[in-house]
Amino acid sequence: MSVLPTTPSQTIGPYYGNALPVPGGGELAPVGHPDSVTLHGRVHDGEGEPVTDALLEFWQAAPDGSLRGAPGSLCRDGTAFTGFARVPTRRDGRFVLRTLLPGGAPYLALCVLARGLTRHLFTRVYFALPEDDPLLSALPPERRSTLLAVPDPGHHRAYRFDVHLRGEHETVFLDFS
Amino acid sequence: MASETVQEELSRPFLYRGAVERHPVQPPVRVAPGAVELAGPVFGAADVGPLDSDLTRQHRGEPLGERITLSGRVLDRHGRPVRGQLVEIWQANAAGRYVHESDRHAAPLDPNFTGTGRCLTDDDGRYHFTTVRPGAYPWMPDSNAWRPAHVHFSLFGTAFTQRLVTQMYFPGDPLLPYDAVSGAIADPAARARLVAAYDPGLNRPDRSLGYRWDIVLDGPAATPADDAERRR
Ligand SMILES: [Fe+3]
Repeated sequence: MSVLPTTPSQTIGPYYGNALPVPGGGELAPVGHPDSVTLHGRVHDGEGEPVTDALLEFWQAAPDGSLRGAPGSLCRDGTAFTGFARVPTRRDGRFVLRTLLPGGAPYLALCVLARGLTRHLFTRVYFALPEDDPLLSALPPERRSTLLAVPDPGHHRAYRFDVHLRGEHETVFLDFS
Repeated sequence: MASETVQEELSRPFLYRGAVERHPVQPPVRVAPGAVELAGPVFGAADVGPLDSDLTRQHRGEPLGERITLSGRVLDRHGRPVRGQLVEIWQANAAGRYVHESDRHAAPLDPNFTGTGRCLTDDDGRYHFTTVRPGAYPWMPDSNAWRPAHVHFSLFGTAFTQRLVTQMYFPGDPLLPYDAVSGAIADPAARARLVAAYDPGLNRPDRSLGYRWDIVLDGPAATPADDAERRR
């Protein structure tokens, strides 16, 4: 089957801020849901500086493993679990996501967009490290750990996940092509 | 002659490779997409307001500039339309200024233009925006380089792997051959795929000039069977 030539990617640049982020973009869990978890962390560049203008997009299964998603991610009604979240990093490079743990494969798909990247980066946020996962089993242990959200001892039902775009602790990024 | 030197310098643009400190050193790890990545977010009427696709009607008055209609189809690599998916755009105003607080270019802001829009593709995968033609703006302080007129686009496919953020350019723009951002794409044919076509068929008499730009999303798509499953 012949395939069409694809449209090339271009950087998101510095000026997407009025267009893409939305209020409540990181509030994926329905308001007051008892099983809500908080995922928070920081995006770092190769010099250890916070990346203050990144946009993180999360896509995940519902707790029952469903991947059907639901409309309303850009205009949340506080009740629907849409499966999609969009969070810009703040002035300190930090982000916060409130969500429900996914059913099925124990990870969130994450897309990182930022000025200075000519194409977005894909990675995964794991809440457990299953033995039979094809990606994890192919990685050396020190790289595997860059994909694990670590329980945050200071806070109830909170996890920490940092993204390192480059350097010693560089996050594992993925090529699905 | 001095003017030749300047000309020579301009014809060899610095090519945009991005910010080094933000680029991973390790090659991306090749992995088959999981069921999660082969699905993707869905959007609906709740996500898109009725005026979101007409950037000329988001304020009390008409924005300044040449009104244009932008339309085209979003397809996957097999030519299948991407239906009911979200298309978002953002752009400078006709004078080349973004509303964004960090844009310090000394061109005027337009109180009747924000420069952001959204719509959902129809059953043919078609999107549609009414806006104004954006102005050129200087790129990187002191570089004497200008960005050609462009509209930033954000797109989703049926699979999360198909995510695309890119920029659309206008045909015949004299700044295009000097543009470091699009010029960083080595293949001229690929670069040409970022340039819209003037399409008189899209003109709206007495209202706007039409440009057509089709988009083909990269990355593994959901198979038709997966798609049918998702629509149930
Ligand atoms: Fe721009």
